Amino acid sequence: MSTNLDIKVHHLTRVEGHGNIVVNMTDGVLEKARLEIVEAPRYFEAMLKGRSFHEAAIITSRICGICSLGHQMTSFKATEQALGLEVSEQTVLLRKLLVHGATLQSNILHALFLAAPDFLKVGSVFPLVASHPDVVKAALRMKRLANEIAEVISGRAVHPISCVPGGFTALPTPAQLLSLKEKLENQMVPDLAFVAEVLASLAAEIPAFTRETEYISLRSDDDYALYDGDICSTDTGRVSDAEYLGMTNEFIVPHSTSKHCKVNRSSYMVGALARWNNNHDRLCPAALAVAGKLGLEPGCYNPFMNTIAQVVEAVHCALDSVEIIDELLTRGIVDEQPNQEPTRFGTGIGATEVPRGILYHEYTYDRQGRIAAANCVIPTGQNLGNIDDDMRQIVPEVLDRPEKEIAHLLEMLVRAYDPCISCSVHMLDVKFVK
Amino acid sequence: MALKPRIGIFDFTGCEGCELNHLNFEDQLLDILEHVEIVEWREAMDGRADELDIAFVEGSLSTPDCIERIHEIRRKSKVLVAVGACAVLGGINAMKNIRPIEEVREEVYGKDKYLFPTLPALPLSAVVEVDHSIRGCPMTQLEFLKVFTSLVMGKQPVQEDYAVCVECKLKENECVVEKGMICLGPVTRAGCDAHCPTFGQMCIGCRGLVTDPRLEAMEEILVAQGLSMDEARKKLQMFNANQLEGVTS
Repeated sequence: MSTNLDIKVHHLTRVEGHGNIVVNMTDGVLEKARLEIVEAPRYFEAMLKGRSFHEAAIITSRICGICSLGHQMTSFKATEQALGLEVSEQTVLLRKLLVHGATLQSNILHALFLAAPDFLKVGSVFPLVASHPDVVKAALRMKRLANEIAEVISGRAVHPISCVPGGFTALPTPAQLLSLKEKLENQMVPDLAFVAEVLASLAAEIPAFTRETEYISLRSDDDYALYDGDICSTDTGRVSDAEYLGMTNEFIVPHSTSKHCKVNRSSYMVGALARWNNNHDRLCPAALAVAGKLGLEPGCYNPFMNTIAQVVEAVHCALDSVEIIDELLTRGIVDEQPNQEPTRFGTGIGATEVPRGILYHEYTYDRQGRIAAANCVIPTGQNLGNIDDDMRQIVPEVLDRPEKEIAHLLEMLVRAYDPCISCSVHMLDVKFVK
Repeated sequence: MALKPRIGIFDFTGCEGCELNHLNFEDQLLDILEHVEIVEWREAMDGRADELDIAFVEGSLSTPDCIERIHEIRRKSKVLVAVGACAVLGGINAMKNIRPIEEVREEVYGKDKYLFPTLPALPLSAVVEVDHSIRGCPMTQLEFLKVFTSLVMGKQPVQEDYAVCVECKLKENECVVEKGMICLGPVTRAGCDAHCPTFGQMCIGCRGLVTDPRLEAMEEILVAQGLSMDEARKKLQMFNANQLEGVTS
């Protein structure tokens, strides 16, 4: 067994953004085991301050291309609450459909393009084009359709266009919605079933590691909470989103340009696994069946299973999208303009489940409708402390393995969280004194 | 150029949305892979390369480490392509350049500001020679394919230098200014097929200014629409802070 370790993975691959893994052990004493965040700070507050409510989501969208839709949704909710803008039921349905599209896109990208190469012991998705063409083609088809949902409803998958505070500037036609529905039923659902089979055959490749932590996600009485809900912790239950500051408690650590968070323990986890642990009873039966097949059980404390929870969730998103489209078609698409007449100027909070976990935006507007103060708390920032705590437990458990293997296991661990480092740095910085 | 060019994809300070758009070529990705060898791409694969035929680079330069890395990429690449508004213009990151940098750092990190070094957000062309540019926030797949195909075939890609309004008129869109919205189409470089106005949104100027834009006339229109001169400048600065300061063309 080794008693000295010196692991440094510079600019970890197959994650969004720039991070290093650093582990030091001398004479059996673990000195450091952590994920260093070295993404360049971008200072979004300097950009938001004084900007009009029309621009808030356009700017915050640019914090992260992968999470751009999630940032926009959360931004709209914060702005609409601050300005007293009511939105129609049609707008909420279309937004929920967009959130499903974004969740599908992101979960599929992570599970099959970024994480799956580890299970199949290759360095990227590209060798899989030759070795597993059916899986790659199914993944590409699913990603295309997920992006098509965003394109049809909002004009573009990266930095959506037509969704704005108060509603939409352009609306889909019933024919476009019907076409999406047919593709969801005839392509996405069978493709997901096929991918679930493949992943079931690789179950042994998922590292067996457990560390119980606090899991925080949204929770709603009506559905599997993604677009809206209360904040829910496995330790202390539900509170309103108005209490988000007490459910995050950001603090600065020197090894990270992104701030860390904690609530009831030294760290907590957000994302698909947290949603699963809090809301598995709200998933549709087909998604629960896939969870059973993939060995995902309620109260799962293995962070590597986050990838599996993403696939389970994808099944739910695909089927729920079909239901939302049915409802939209039954109601008929009403040609309506976005509601952009503020009834007040104050502070508003938006909380949304984006693929990597719970995202908060808070804005205060002045009487001219310009941003006076903003604060945003990002899922990956919330997970950083939990990743460090996992590392500190996992390293002593695997000391009998070669150093290279330990480094690879830690890379897999960080990837399992599907970190979005651009977001964590760029958004947590968005804080200025009120 | 070799029969199967070796390409690398790199990222600096930005949202990685342009990079994501490389992975969003669901219909063409497998065909692209038949014509090139991707040898370095941190976001999607393990490994590093020593020599490249084409480097596609996203993001603006905003730390001392960025400057070192872009020089290294330039040294090992025959052709360097700036991808997206951040790499071509400095992008939305450059909005921070308008204010004194020390003020900005203090506002975000307080007394801990010295933990994290920072520079004004610069386009790649401010530091190294850039051979080609793919504009937009995000870059469009169509434009990427156009440049990519030209380069693989050994041709010079052509860049549009007329206003978004031209493309918008060709699409017979209802003018969003007529609908009472603010729009930067008259001074913004085309090539996007007027994508945002087509979806009922204003042009936010993400592709940079046309050569010799009539900025005073544009400001006059914005002021006539009810903005103050300060707000009008802010609108123009969202993506073009560096261009308006003369850092980039």
